[in-house]
Parts: sequence; C-alpha cells; structure tokens
Amino acid sequence: MFTRDKWEEIIESLSANWVRTILTALGVVWGIFILVILLAAGTGLENGIKKGFGGLATNTMFMWAQNTSKPYKGMPKGRFYNFKIEDVAALKTEIEGLKYVSPRNQLGGFGGNNNVVRGLKTGAFNVYGDYPEIIRQQPMDITSGRFLNYNDIDQKRKVAVIGQTVKTTLFDKDEKALGDYIKINGVNFQVIGTFAKKGNGGQNAEEAQKEIYVPFSAFSQAFNRANNVDWMVITADNKNSITDLKTQVFDIIKQRHTIDPSDDRAVGNFDLYKEFKKIQGLFLALNIIAFGVGILVLLSGVIGISNIMLIVVKERTKEIGIRRALGATPWTIRSQILLESVFLTIISGMVGIVFATGVLMLANFMLDNMASADIMFANPTVNIGVIAIALLILVVSGILAGLIPAQNAIKVKPVDALRTE
Amino acid sequence: MIEIKNLHKSYRTGTNALHVLKGIDFSVKEGELVAIMGSSGSGKSTLLNILGMLDEADEGSYTLDDVPIKNLNEKIAAKYRNKFLGFIFQSFNLINYKTALDNVALPLYYQGIGKKERTERAYAYLEKVGLAQWATHLPNELSGGQKQRVAIARALASEPKVLLADEPTGALDTKTSYEVMNLIQEINDEGKTILIVTHEEDIAQMTKRIVHLKDGVIIDDKPVKQVRALAHV
Ligand SMILES: Nc1ncnc2c1ncn2[C@@H]1O[C@H](COP(=O)(O)OP(=O)(O)O)[C@@H](O)[C@H]1O
Ligand SMILES: [Mg+2]
Repeated sequence: MFTRDKWEEIIESLSANWVRTILTALGVVWGIFILVILLAAGTGLENGIKKGFGGLATNTMFMWAQNTSKPYKGMPKGRFYNFKIEDVAALKTEIEGLKYVSPRNQLGGFGGNNNVVRGLKTGAFNVYGDYPEIIRQQPMDITSGRFLNYNDIDQKRKVAVIGQTVKTTLFDKDEKALGDYIKINGVNFQVIGTFAKKGNGGQNAEEAQKEIYVPFSAFSQAFNRANNVDWMVITADNKNSITDLKTQVFDIIKQRHTIDPSDDRAVGNFDLYKEFKKIQGLFLALNIIAFGVGILVLLSGVIGISNIMLIVVKERTKEIGIRRALGATPWTIRSQILLESVFLTIISGMVGIVFATGVLMLANFMLDNMASADIMFANPTVNIGVIAIALLILVVSGILAGLIPAQNAIKVKPVDALRTE
Repeated sequence: MIEIKNLHKSYRTGTNALHVLKGIDFSVKEGELVAIMGSSGSGKSTLLNILGMLDEADEGSYTLDDVPIKNLNEKIAAKYRNKFLGFIFQSFNLINYKTALDNVALPLYYQGIGKKERTERAYAYLEKVGLAQWATHLPNELSGGQKQRVAIARALASEPKVLLADEPTGALDTKTSYEVMNLIQEINDEGKTILIVTHEEDIAQMTKRIVHLKDGVIIDDKPVKQVRALAHV
C-alpha cells in the first residue's frame, strides 16, 4: 500500500496545484497551532501557579487554637486554650497517615517592632521556633551553613538560621554571618545557616527572606513559652489527603483540651490541600476548554481539507475516468485520494506543531529573561504525549476528510467521468 | 476475438427512455481493422464504450477473447480493461501534469510493474510512435498529432488484445489525421485487432471493414479495399 510509486503519485498530484495545496494545508496548520498553543498556555498557567505555591507540601493544613464557642463539662464558652507540645506526639501516634506534624511558635510578625539586634544594627523579623521537618513542608534553599537538626532540639541549642534579608540588614556586605551571634528579644543566638526562599501561599518573596528559624525547644525556653504551641503545620502522606484526616486531628485536640466535640470554632485551620485541589480543578477545566477550542479549530481545518478534496476530485473527474480506463481499480483510486488527504493533513499538522513549538520557545526565552517571581506564568510547554495525541487526531481526521471525496471519486461511472470536460 | 449478440442499450433521462442500441449482432476476428460508421448520435460511442467495459449493456451477450463479459464488478472490469483493451480518444485524454513517458507508463503502473521496467517499456513504445525525444515533455508542449501518438503508445503499452479508438482523428487536421491513420495501419499490420469509430468516409476507407450503424441497428457490414494512409501523407 505504501510503495514508492504511490508516494510519487501523491506528491505529483498534490504538487500539480501548489497554491491550492498550500491554502488547504493552512487550515490545518492553523488548527493544530492553536491547539498546541492553547494547551501550552494551560500548562504555563499551571506551572506559574504551582510556582506561586513555592514548592509547599500541598497535602498540608495549618492549625491554630481559637476561643471555644460552646460551654463543655463545666468550662465556660469563650475560653482560650493553647496547643501543647504533647499534642504533637498524641497526633502522631493516634492518627495513621500523617507524615509531618510540626509545632511552631512565633515572635514578631509583619510590621512588628524591631526585635533583633546585632551591635548597632536592628531589624523587625519573624522568628520561628521550629522542628527540622518544617523544611520539608516549606522548602527553602540553604545558601550557607545548615538547617536545624534534632541535636539542636534535644540540646536546646541557641542557634539560628537566617534569611537573606536578615543577613543583609544585620551584617555588612563582607562580614561573615556563620558563627556570629544575633540578639533576639535580648537573647543571643548563634547563626548556623542562611537561606533563600521563594514567596509562597500569597506571601511575597521579599517578606519570605525576613525570617529566622531557631530550634523549637530553645525558643520555648528563651521566650518562656513553657510547653505551649502557637500553631501546627500538618502534612499527610501520599496515601491520604489531609482534608480527609483533619476531622480526626480536631477530635483528638478537642478531647485533649476538654472541648465540646461539636464545637467547630475552637480549632482554626487553613486547608492548603483543599485550595490546591480547587486550583487543580481549574487547570483541568482550562485544559478541557483548550482542548475543546483547539479541536474545533482543527475540525474546521479538516472540513476545509475535505471540501478542497471534494473540489479536487470533481476537477479531476476526467483524470480519474482516464485512470480507470487504463485499469485503475476503485480501491486504487480511493486509497490514493485517502492517502493524499492523510498526507496533506499530517504534513500541515507537523508544520503547525513546528510553528507552535517555535513560538513557545520564543515565549520561554522571553519569560526566562523577565524572571520576575510575580508572573503567574512559567514554562509553557506541551508534553510529547499531547503531540502524539494531536498527530493521532490528525491521521484520523485526515482519513475522515478523505472518505467522502474518495467515495465521490469512484461514484461516477468511467464512461460518464470520461465525458466530463 | 469479439463476439456480441443482441446487444441493447437505452438511456433514461427523466421520464424518457432513449433506446440507442436495438439489438446489435457483430463479431470481430483477430487482426481485423474495423471502422464503425454512422451519423452523429447513432450510438457508435455507446457501442464502443460497452465493448470497452466503460459502460454496461442492458441486454445481450459479449465475449472478448473467449471470456464472457457479464456481471462485472468495477474491480474486475478495471483489470480486464487493463489486460485486454487499449483506448484511444478523440480528445487524447492524456494526464496533463504527467510527462509523455509517464503517461505511457501509467497502464503499466496499474499492472503493478516496477518503475524501471515500466519506464523502459514506455520508452520503447514512445520510440515506436516516433516520439522518443519528446519523452520528458508535458502534453501541453506537444501538437495534436503528437498527443494522439502518445495516446496510441499508451494504448499499446499494456499489450492489449484490442485497440478501441473513438474518433481518433476527430480533433486533427487532414494531414495529421492521415499520419495517425498510418500509425494505426502499421500497428494493425503487426496483427493487432483495432476498432475505430469515425464518421469520416476517408478515414473509414483506410480500414479493412466498415460497419454502418443507423437507428440503433447495423444496416451494413462489408469489407473494403484498404487505402494506405502513407500514400496520402
Ligand atoms: N449518458 C447518456 N445519457 C443520456 N443520453 C445519452 C448518454 N450518452 C449518449 N446518449 C445519447 O445516446 C445517443 C447516442 O450517443 P453516442 O453513442 O455518443 O452517439 P455517437 O457517438 O454515434 O455520436 C445520442 O442521442 C446521445 O445523446
Ligand atoms: Mg461519439
């Protein structure tokens, strides 16, 4: 079926009318171009927003204590309580499927007073008492030294890992931070590491560099927090969703703190996973729309090919009659028209893909050069699977486009075909 | 070679039926050169198309080289046309985007013959009709007489049993007509059976037998003393 002769016949008859062939092809070129660009734009938006999450472990929730809203077992409503460090161990042992439970304490905050001093330099920074796992939940790049470890926790070492901005605020340009001391609320901490971090979850990148991480144990001791915990960052493992597990978490907390099990307001939380899922749903919808629109444009291109093939077949009625008089079987004629159609569709599809890829490369190049962290658009690409699907669609549509014309080509009796002018 | 009995053909246009062939009995032996004559509309082309399996008769039998031709599907008809028949048309019917050589090679392509052999054989036939040096030219670069000679080469290429020519000189001037007839006579001299539809008396006289059609029946069928075309070119 795919002999060289056949290809020569196809090329010959397609090139017999260049202008028309190219005009026909343009419809499909355009269709596949739109399809690929739309899908890539979808991916770009997805990448951009994922970048916005800054690599946060997304199967995560944040949880804090709030005033109770119901009286319970003699306790009044409106009572305030604190999470305790013991709650962490209880959650870990009693609930299966939690990957990390990180208690956190915090000093300072956005727009707070100057709380960190080094010599004559001062600054207002967020200071966190943390466990080492936090770096798995809120990734950051350690640019020098190291992050907190369990020795720091166990020995309540007064050590600190500081953000880029903290360093530039408290240290001169050529000063070494590692090993030096900073004073947080009057307590000396030794700098053991520096980090850089992307903004995430709505926090801007600038603010993210103004953080200081110290061991949870040392924090509690230095700032008299006893065994209280401000809030927790809880991540579920891959087999579970935190959204499913969180009621269990709340139940245990409520039970341990003598809170009415039906008190929905006593435990505040932000479910990152739920938000992430919503956005993923949005991506899916966007991709479906992109596919839909792309396919429609492509379809119009294919209908264009079919139409032109119909005209071609009509114009070539006489030629087809001649060929049949010379011994072309209906199948030979039909397969030639079909192959012409498929060939034209695939070639123009490939041209469209190449064009689209070129445009995408240009776009990527330009985006890379802008390199702004705030653009919600990154790396618009289509994967090879999508290209493969597009090609498959092209083959199928090429056949569909050729079917009716091919049938028309042999519908006319040879004698009538020869009579046409 | 050709044997037809009681052949009928009508055309239906709307509510009217036009009875074109009304019972034709007719046979052609191998090596004959026959002219089918008759006024315009007398059914000459219709008869030739049925003989060429381009059209089907309504009634009657047709045997070609001892093969009964009936109930053909298009696939078999195409095969028979390719194997048994060579066509020569009034308007040449060359494919305009193919060179003379490729036009001649086309029936061989449909026989599934490889490119190299095809080209060689096509070239030999072009040589035979005296157009070897025009092999790479497109039809629109050829004169009418040259086009018809390419068409004759093409009709010969598949080495058919019978050549069917429908007014082969109808679009040519007298001189060129005689050149083409000369070629046809030469081919016939080699033993090929040829049927020519014409309404020109001088052309008919260059065959060996004239069959007259009128009102859908054969009114006259007689051998003639062949006039050699060469004497007139
Ligand atoms: N496909 C057709 N449909 C209807 N009428 C036709 C068709 N082909 C031929 N005819 C009619 O049949 C008659 C014979 O036609 P034809 O065989 O071409 O005549 P000739 O070749 O002798 O001039 C003419 O009257 C012509 O109009
Ligand atoms: Mg006629």
